[in-house]
Amino acid sequence: MIWEVFRSERKGQPFEHAGSLDAPDAGFAEAWAREQYGRRGESVALWLVPRDAIRDVEDWADEFDLKYRRVDGYSIKARLKEARERAAAGPR
Amino acid sequence: MAAAEVPQDEQGFLEYVQEGGQVEATDRLPDEYRAKLVKFVEMHANSELMGVLPEREWILRAPTLQRKLALTAKVQDEVGHAQLIYRVVEDLGKPRAQCLDDLVAGRSKFHNVFHYPTRTWGDVGVIAWLVDAAAIISQKALLKCSYAPYARIMKKICWEESFHILHGRDVILAMVTGTPEQFELVQEALDRWWPPLMQFHGNPIPRDEDPMWTWRIKSQGNEEARQQFLEGYVPQIWELGLTVPDPKLRRRDDGVWEYTEPDWEELRSVVTGHGPMTDERLAFRRRFIEQESWVREALVA
Repeated sequence: MIWEVFRSERKGQPFEHAGSLDAPDAGFAEAWAREQYGRRGESVALWLVPRDAIRDVEDWADEFDLKYRRVDGYSIKARLKEARERAAAGPR
Repeated sequence: MAAAEVPQDEQGFLEYVQEGGQVEATDRLPDEYRAKLVKFVEMHANSELMGVLPEREWILRAPTLQRKLALTAKVQDEVGHAQLIYRVVEDLGKPRAQCLDDLVAGRSKFHNVFHYPTRTWGDVGVIAWLVDAAAIISQKALLKCSYAPYARIMKKICWEESFHILHGRDVILAMVTGTPEQFELVQEALDRWWPPLMQFHGNPIPRDEDPMWTWRIKSQGNEEARQQFLEGYVPQIWELGLTVPDPKLRRRDDGVWEYTEPDWEELRSVVTGHGPMTDERLAFRRRFIEQESWVREALVA
C-alpha cells in the first residue's frame, strides 16, 4: 500500500509533499515515515495519506472569463494615466 | 488561469521540459522519456544501496564509539535514500523486487566509486568527504529535474548529504592533524581514489548530446559537474597539505581546470561489472536479500 507523506517544518507552516512510502498498514507507515522524515527533528508534524484517498484535481476549465476575480483582470495603467493627465490639466 | 498543460506529443513535451517545465507521475510521459528516467533513477538507487557497503565494512573497525555511531547513521541515511529512490522507480512502472533482481544479477549499473575496496580508515574519510562531495554536485543538479517527484525527494537527500560531507571532512581533519602515519593514510587513500573521482561525473560528452540533459533529467553536463568539483574541492585538499596525484592539474587564468585525461576505458569496464570489488559486493547483497527475505514475507503477511 502506497502512502504519501506530507511534512511541516515548523509549527504553523504548511504541510508540503515530501515523498511516498510502501507500507502494509498505518503502523508501519508511521514507523517508516518517522525514520525517513523525522529522525533529525526536521519535521514538527507529518501527514500520512493513503494514495488512494487523494482526490486529484487537475483540470481547470476556463470556459467563462473569470479574470475579474484576479489582479490580472484589472488593467488600470492606461486609465490611470488619463486620469492623471486630466487632473493636471486643471479643474473641469 | 488554466494550469500549464503537459503537452501530449513528444516534441511538445520535449520543449516543455526544456523550458523548465516539470511533470508528475500522473502525467502522460513519452515512452522514451520514461525509459531514460527509469534507467537513470534506478542507477541512482542502486548506487545508494551499494554505496553503503564500502563504509559498512568499517563500522566494526571504527576508531572511536563516536565515529562508529556517525558511520552507522550515515549508512542508515544512504539506505533510506535507496528506499526513497526505488519508490520513484516503482511509480514509473518498475517494481522494487525487479530492480533488486537486476542489480544482483549484474543487469543494471551502479556508480563506479562503489566498485573499489576500502582498505584503510583513510578511505572512509576520503569517501565521506570527496566521494560524497562529487555526488552532491550531481544530486544538487537533480533538484531541478523535469520529473518532479524525483526532484522533491532530492531536497531531503541533499540535506542529509551535507552532514556526510562534514563528517568526512572531520575524519580527514582529525587524521591530517594527527601523527605522520595518519597523514600518510589520508594521502595514500587520496592517491588511490583520485582516478575514480575524476571519472565519477562521466566522460566529457557535450551536454547537447547527452539524452539525460536533452530530457532535462540532469540540469548540467558531465564536464560542468567535474569543473565544479575541482573548483570547490581541490583548493580545500591543497590547504591541508595533501597532494593531488595529477601533475597536470592546474587552474587556468580563465578559471577552467586542466587535468590529465581520466581513464575512460577503466570507467566503462568498472561500471559494466568488472571493478575490483564488483563480484564480492554483489554477492554480499544477494546473500542478504535471500537471508532477510523472511522479514519481507512477515511484513506483508
